[in-house]
Amino acid sequence: MSLLIKNGLVIDPANKIKDILDILIEKNKISKVDKNIKSKAQTIIDARNKIVMPGTIDMHVHLREPGREDKETIFTGTKAALKGGVTSVLAMPNTEPAMDCVNNVKLLKNIIRKDAQCNVLMSAAITKGRLGKELTDFTKLKKEGVLAISDDGASVDDAKIMLEAFYRAKKENLLVLCHCEDKSLSNKGVVNLGFTSTRLGLKGISRESEYKRVGRDIELAAKAKCTVHITHVSVKESVDLIRMAKKKNIKISADTCAHYFSLTEEAVLNYDTNTKINPPLRSAEDVQAIKEGLRDGTIDAIASDHAPHTQNEKDIEFDRAEFGKIGLESGLSISIMELIDKKILDWETLVEKISLNPAKILGIKKGTLGVGQDADIIIVDRDKEFILKKENIVSKSKNSPFIDKKLKGLVECTIFNGEIAYKI
Amino acid sequence: MIWTKKDLLGLEYLTKEEIEFVLDTASSFKEVTTREIKKVPALRGKTVVNLFYEPSTRTRVSFEVAAKRLSADVINISVESSSVKKGETLIDTGRNIEALKADIIVIRHSSSGAANMLARHLNISVVNAGDGWHEHPTQALLDIFTLREKLGKIAGLNISIVGDIAHSRVARSNIWGLIKLGARVSICAPQILIPPEIEKMGVRVTNNIDECLKNADAVNVLRMQFERDETNAFPRQLEYFKNFGLTKERLAKLKKDIVVMHPGPINRGIEMSSEVADGSNSVILEQVTNGIAVRMSVLFLVAQVKGIK
Repeated sequence: MSLLIKNGLVIDPANKIKDILDILIEKNKISKVDKNIKSKAQTIIDARNKIVMPGTIDMHVHLREPGREDKETIFTGTKAALKGGVTSVLAMPNTEPAMDCVNNVKLLKNIIRKDAQCNVLMSAAITKGRLGKELTDFTKLKKEGVLAISDDGASVDDAKIMLEAFYRAKKENLLVLCHCEDKSLSNKGVVNLGFTSTRLGLKGISRESEYKRVGRDIELAAKAKCTVHITHVSVKESVDLIRMAKKKNIKISADTCAHYFSLTEEAVLNYDTNTKINPPLRSAEDVQAIKEGLRDGTIDAIASDHAPHTQNEKDIEFDRAEFGKIGLESGLSISIMELIDKKILDWETLVEKISLNPAKILGIKKGTLGVGQDADIIIVDRDKEFILKKENIVSKSKNSPFIDKKLKGLVECTIFNGEIAYKI
Repeated sequence: MIWTKKDLLGLEYLTKEEIEFVLDTASSFKEVTTREIKKVPALRGKTVVNLFYEPSTRTRVSFEVAAKRLSADVINISVESSSVKKGETLIDTGRNIEALKADIIVIRHSSSGAANMLARHLNISVVNAGDGWHEHPTQALLDIFTLREKLGKIAGLNISIVGDIAHSRVARSNIWGLIKLGARVSICAPQILIPPEIEKMGVRVTNNIDECLKNADAVNVLRMQFERDETNAFPRQLEYFKNFGLTKERLAKLKKDIVVMHPGPINRGIEMSSEVADGSNSVILEQVTNGIAVRMSVLFLVAQVKGIK
């Protein structure tokens, strides 16, 4: 199989390329990147006026399988990923059962082998049952192919256990991905604590519940000299703490999600349960701080925190509804609208945040369009406007706050492993 | 003015003119309640369903009386006797009531936003009879109606609200309504019962009741809900009465004709002494009477508007 992408604006920050070029793909790899490639490729794609970039890498995705196949499966989740231009996902370990032992990871690996439509990377839990009490066997999990560990959805409350986790993770060279939340401070809240929670008469989640835990985890990781990754950063103080840690040369990286720089807590005012997210949508000031963090390099990556939930779990009273929203199919558009169009980032930097940097953080050889690389490439019509319709969502769950909203920037084609895996 | 709202969900969502229109309409209905035959045919052939997920006597009875005085048929559903316990969702329950061709659902629910959600999913009218800590619009409307009757106007008045503001839907609805009508509103509670950033609603906040009541033309005293004290950080009952209770001694230092209100039920000797509750400044029972007229007005107005979903 050979494939030639012609005349696209190729953006490949790893090789400092932003130019109208052709890309030739042979045997699943990129074999040539040049002007006017003459080749008898089996398939030729005209990408004139389109952006050609490495497939995006989403570090925070809940595929829900095994256990909650009613919400999402590896098959449906990775299909949704391809539609959104995502060619690699890091699957979160809070499945049922959680990825806390070799047997469960083996089970997951089998499903991935059978059903995955894009590259699925595995993470495992830090503690057994994600209960924060007893560490999992990092050595064995690593051997089974796990790249990162996280108790996502929860944070390990006991600092001694967390410190030991950092020491062991360093030894095994595992990425520790921290969901930072002190549940004693978030206190069963459901929206950002402040005027919004007061107005809605709902329990609030304080900013401290996030940034105090960010501060603690940075401290513990620094002590163990272990690399730490802070996921789904939502408040200004967290951005400040991460910026400071980077200045002190602590080995730290961070991601945020498209909803934290595109929506404020005001989106919750109509009690739309698709805006019920943890951490919650925050203030306009936080949105500014997140954007500034992306701009100045404090925040390295953009992830989706794709969190599918069934209609039954969302079409109920706000305080009873599940936390989370889907994001695989809308993330790139939101990033283009909020970051490129509003001149926060240029295209090269955006591609770094959604592809190159996640690859570096996860230690995988992806996120670039160099010769010899895996041919994971997307073609994007950056100016194409469309309405996100519920019936067009590929993910098994439809819990998006962007339904019926006008978005801009559409993935026209996703090439995964050298093959056209999605095309509009 | 022409009323255009299918639902009454909260005073946050009404304009000053709409609030005044409800109150003016209520005034004409109040006259009905003084007649020998206290009934008008305004909602004859309409069905009002009281859907109550929380125990309530006074609000439910008030709505029932209001609907009956408008000649509507009234059905009461309470959580104990419904299929809710079988796991039916609120939206499904609402759709079933709609399928029975009811015209108005009056809903009381412990979850904030329950009425908003129901209204979004139904074509028939939804009237919020109290949702969580969010809003209790008809209570605030009857409070404001009573104030207007007693003091002639709302604009420029100094109104104090004392008590558990954090968990009070009555407080939120009153604040939205009073501020829109031009009153100056002061709130007072122990700090743990002051919700964050509430001053953004336009109120003055204090923890000192005497400071709060100074120059007040009226005070609305809220029920203390000690059962909500998860943190064990509320003041104890006697301590609360000493520091925040409305006593005869406190009242003596205030404007002579200050209007004392309470949405009920009263904890006598906790938020208010019996002498004050039963004293000459108290309009607590008039509030109950006015509740009928205000709810007649609300049911009458929303029934005129058809939803289009």
